[in-house]
Amino acid sequence: MIATEKTVEEKGTAVEPGAGWDVGRIREDFPVLGQTVNGKPLVYLDNAASAQVPRIVIERGAKYLREEHSNIHRGVHYLSQKATSAFEGAREKVRRFINAREARECIFVRGVTEGVNLVMHGYGRKFVGEGDEIVVSEMEHHSNLVPWQMLCEEKGARLRVIPMNDAGELIMDEFDALLNERTKLVCVGHVSNSLGTVNPVKEIVARAHKVGVPVLVDGAQGAPHLAVDVQDLDCDFYAISGHKMFAPTGSGILYGKAEWLEKMNPFLGGGSMIRTVTFERSTYAAIPDKFEAGTPAIASAIGLGAAIDYLNSIDRAAAQAHEQELLDYATEKLSSIEGVRIIGTAREKASVVAFVIDEVHPHDVGTILDQEGIAIRAGHHCAQPVMQHFGVPATARASFAFYNTKEEVDSLVAAVQKVIEVFA
Amino acid sequence: MSELSELYQQVILDHNKKPRNFQKLEGANRVSEGFNPLCGDQLTVYMLMDEGLVRDLSFVGTGCAISKAAASMMTQAVKGKTREEAQVLFDEFHRMVTGELDEESEENHLGRLTIFAGVRDYPARVKCASLPWHTMHAALEGEGAVSTEHLGPDITQAVASE
Repeated sequence: MIATEKTVEEKGTAVEPGAGWDVGRIREDFPVLGQTVNGKPLVYLDNAASAQVPRIVIERGAKYLREEHSNIHRGVHYLSQKATSAFEGAREKVRRFINAREARECIFVRGVTEGVNLVMHGYGRKFVGEGDEIVVSEMEHHSNLVPWQMLCEEKGARLRVIPMNDAGELIMDEFDALLNERTKLVCVGHVSNSLGTVNPVKEIVARAHKVGVPVLVDGAQGAPHLAVDVQDLDCDFYAISGHKMFAPTGSGILYGKAEWLEKMNPFLGGGSMIRTVTFERSTYAAIPDKFEAGTPAIASAIGLGAAIDYLNSIDRAAAQAHEQELLDYATEKLSSIEGVRIIGTAREKASVVAFVIDEVHPHDVGTILDQEGIAIRAGHHCAQPVMQHFGVPATARASFAFYNTKEEVDSLVAAVQKVIEVFA
Repeated sequence: MSELSELYQQVILDHNKKPRNFQKLEGANRVSEGFNPLCGDQLTVYMLMDEGLVRDLSFVGTGCAISKAAASMMTQAVKGKTREEAQVLFDEFHRMVTGELDEESEENHLGRLTIFAGVRDYPARVKCASLPWHTMHAALEGEGAVSTEHLGPDITQAVASE
C-alpha cells in the first residue's frame, strides 16, 4: 500500500486485497467496458491517458443537456439559474473531494495543461523575473515542463531539474540543493504518468515552504488513485484533469490558495472575468470568476461533479487496494517474461506499469495488443526526458483503474508473449 | 481489418531485424531527416544523386518494425532509379498505404513493396510506413527535413520544413 492513503486510515478497516471489491459489479457501471474489439473482449488498460465514464456521469450530463442547459452566471431566468446552481454545485463537490478551504479556490479549467498554463501566466509572468529559477522534476509530463520553459525563455529565468535515480524516484538531497533565494516556484507531479512513481509531494512542499517557495502539484495521475487533501499537503496549487478521473474531457480544476489567486494576474480576458469595463480600463472580478473568462464547459463540469459523487459512492480504499493488487500482479507476471524490462521500479507506485521488450518497438507491441482487444499506450507518454533517462525511444504502458481485473492482466501477459513469438 | 500476419509478414520482420543499407553513406550529396514527434521515430536518409540518378541510398535511425522495414526496402527499391522513377515509386507507395491505389487491380511499379498494403488497415501506423518515403522524397527534392506533423491526416503531400 501507498503511505499517503488517508482513506484507509480514516475508515480504519483493513482491506483484504480484492476481498472487499466486487469488480464484476463495478464493471456494470461502465457501459463502454462491455464491448468487443477485433472479436475479443475489450481490455482497457489505457486509463492513465483517459479513464472511462460511469453511467451516472453520462446520465447526469445528458440530463443537463435535456433539461437544464443554459448559460451560467448571467441569466435571471429559470434555466440559467438551474445551470448555474448545477455548475456551482459541482465546484463545491470538488472542494470537498480535495478538501480545499473554500470553493472559490477551485477554478474550472479544461484540464491540467490549462491549469498549469494559468499559473504560468497568472503567477509566473507577474512574479518571475530575470535570473529567477523554476524547479521541475526530471519525470514531469510535458504539460508541467514546457510552460515553464516558455516562461524562462520569456523572462530570462532558469529552469532547474530535480533528478531521479534509475528506479524512477526523485533524489531528494539534490532537491534541497536546488532551492535558493532565486527559486520562485517548484512544479512537480503527484504521480508520474510514465513511470507510476508516487512522489513525496507533502515532503517537497514542506522543504520548499521552509525557504518560502510555493509549490504547484500536477495531480493528473494523483487525483484518480490517491486520496487528495490539499490542506494536508499544504501545496499552493493542485491541478486535476476530469477525464482521468471518470469525468468527460474538458473538465478540470486548478486549486490555488486564495491568497495566491488574489495576487495573480488574470489568465484569459473576456466575459465573466471582469467587474467593470470602459475603453480606458477594466477591473477584474473576484476569484474564481477572475480566472473563468468565457462560457465554460458546463456539461463537463457538472459531469465532473457526478464523477465525484460516483467516487464517493464506492469504497475508495478497497478500490485502491484492488488497483495495487493489479499493479503488483502485472509487474510480477511481466517481469518474469524473458526479454521484458519494466521501466520505473520505484518503491511507491500507483497504477502504471511501463515496459520494453528486447528488439521490439513499443508501437509494434501496441498494434499486436490491439489485435487482441487490449488497449495500452505506446510512445514517449509526453515525457521525452524520462525516455532519455532510461535510454529508450519509447515504452509500452499499461495503466489500471479499479474496474480492471486479474483476468485482463492475464490477457495482457499472454499477448506480450505473443508479441515475442511474432518477433522471435 | 486484415489479419495481424498480413501486417507483420516474414519479409517485414526480416528487414526489421537486418535492415539493408543501414549506415551513413560516405560521399552522400543529399541528406534529409525525418521525424515523427508523435512517437519519436527518427531517421536520416543519405542519397548520392548523380546526373539525375539515385546512385546510392542509405539510412540510419530508430523506429518500429514497420518504419524500419519500410526504410530498408525503400533504399533497395530506389537505389539505381532515375529521379522520375523514384518520384513514381514515391507517389504509388503513398497512394497504396493511404488506400488510394489498389495494388491488385491497378498497374504499378511497386513489386515487393506491395507487402506494405496491409498498413492501410491500421490508420495509426500509416505514418510509420510513409515517413521513410517522405524523407527520401525530401532528399530527392533537395530539402533538408520532413516531419509527420506537416503531413496532415491523410498525408496527401510532404511539406518539407527548412
